[in-house]
Amino acid sequence: MTQFSDHLLGTRGRPRRYRIRPFALVLIPVAAILFQVYSPRVLTFLGFLELPLLATVYFALERRNQIWGLLIGCGIGLAQDSFSHNPIGVFGMVKTMVGFFAASLSQRVDAENQLVRFGVGFFFYFFHQFTYWVLVSTLLAQPIPFSLAETVLFGVLNAAVAVPLFGLLDKL
Amino acid sequence: MEFLLNRYRTITVLVLVLSAQLFLLAYQVKSRQDIPVARAWATGSFVPMARILESFRLSTIGTLNNLADLGRTQQENQRLKAELNALKLENQFLRAELATADRGKALALFQQRSPNRTLAARIVGTSTGAGAMVVLIDRGSNEGVRKGMAVITPEGIVGKVTSAYPAGSQVMLITDSSFAAGVISSKNRVHGTLRGQGHSKCSIEYIQNEEKLETGEWFFTSGDDRVFPKGLPVGQVVVAREGKLFFKEVFIVPAGLQKGLEEVLVILEGVHQPIPETFDPTQQLYLLPPPPAEPRTKLEADRVIRGVVSTDADLVLERYKRIGTVTGHAYGTGGTPNFNAPVDDAPVSGDPPGAGASAGAGPAAENAEAGRPPR
Repeated sequence: MTQFSDHLLGTRGRPRRYRIRPFALVLIPVAAILFQVYSPRVLTFLGFLELPLLATVYFALERRNQIWGLLIGCGIGLAQDSFSHNPIGVFGMVKTMVGFFAASLSQRVDAENQLVRFGVGFFFYFFHQFTYWVLVSTLLAQPIPFSLAETVLFGVLNAAVAVPLFGLLDKL
Repeated sequence: MEFLLNRYRTITVLVLVLSAQLFLLAYQVKSRQDIPVARAWATGSFVPMARILESFRLSTIGTLNNLADLGRTQQENQRLKAELNALKLENQFLRAELATADRGKALALFQQRSPNRTLAARIVGTSTGAGAMVVLIDRGSNEGVRKGMAVITPEGIVGKVTSAYPAGSQVMLITDSSFAAGVISSKNRVHGTLRGQGHSKCSIEYIQNEEKLETGEWFFTSGDDRVFPKGLPVGQVVVAREGKLFFKEVFIVPAGLQKGLEEVLVILEGVHQPIPETFDPTQQLYLLPPPPAEPRTKLEADRVIRGVVSTDADLVLERYKRIGTVTGHAYGTGGTPNFNAPVDDAPVSGDPPGAGASAGAGPAAENAEAGRPPR
């Protein structure tokens, strides 16, 4: 292993952190969902932002507990489903998997590294969109478009937002 | 089994959670039923928050709009203030021009009806002597002005020419302390000598204490001085009291200087006139309205020739009658005549378009056009 990879993976074996405050645990997902429901009506250019996903990734990375990660992903996803036109469960399953894998990843990488956060943000956005597309196409038999270029671009944008956003959430 | 569950606890939980959601999804798809409770809960919890957010957004936008409006209003206010100042200046200039035009018109009118042969002149400057009430006019000996000629305005006498040069003349005002002229009162026919005092009022000297003179009485030129022809207004008595010795102390306000001096008349040939018994300088001169404009169309001309008083409604009625005659249409029998049919009401040749547009509008409109108040 190189020094760079050691730096990225250097948190292995450190004690787990449970520093997220309870109010933040409630308010941040609510605010993220509220933002996603409310903001496109006013700020249409922010429609690409998937804040519930970023909240799920953040909590999963911070808690470093897979069960905790999948449960919070499930909760946020089901809440998001409640506002969608699709049957309840699609976002729930997608975000459950995101929470699980993000928590699993956090046990192997340094989740406070900016580069890791950017990469994780981009990867899970792509994973989220792709999985959602697969589930909707297969389980609901709804033909929805999937643009690779657009997904990559929005993934980069979401990752770019994730880095300062995670830094901000760290201070709560 | 227990070992396996502990060993793969997280995977087990993941599979259970995913399975539950998959089952939920399958149930909804299969039964074509939604879970309204979840959506109602979500909507019910979201709407109040969204309402708060919306009111906050709207109030923020309203505040920002108000601030922007305030800025725009301030700019607009500054622009309007600048415009107002410019318009005030323009208004002031136009008023001055109008006043000048009015004075010129009054002067010309007075010049026409005065029996004296006069020459209009404009005050172009004042003398530089300290305390001297002397002005310069733009008419001189080239125009026939001579030393000693009287200078007047329609309101009264102004002074006399003390020096005449080819291009201009000096005029001593009646307020100059060295000015003197013979005057006579209108009511009691009291003779006296007008003397300038170096300020806005003049005195009348050499009136015996025994003679009767009232405040408000008018003085006119007597013609004794051989400068001013008899019968020109001089001024109104404001002070008349008995003096310490033999003569009264009488002060008048010179009428010719009251409206400011810009244009004056130099009397080239004076004619003596009688002193009026009563004199009211504020009395307005009656002027006839100008003659009406020429008729605009042959139809109007025809009616003018026939001496029929025509209003616009009469003309329209006449035109419709002619259209009915030309097109053979009988009104009241149904159908619509061709109102565009050519009838003989074309404009009279030689008249410019719009000529006579104010015909029939009456003297009030004519007076308004001429800038006069209606009488």
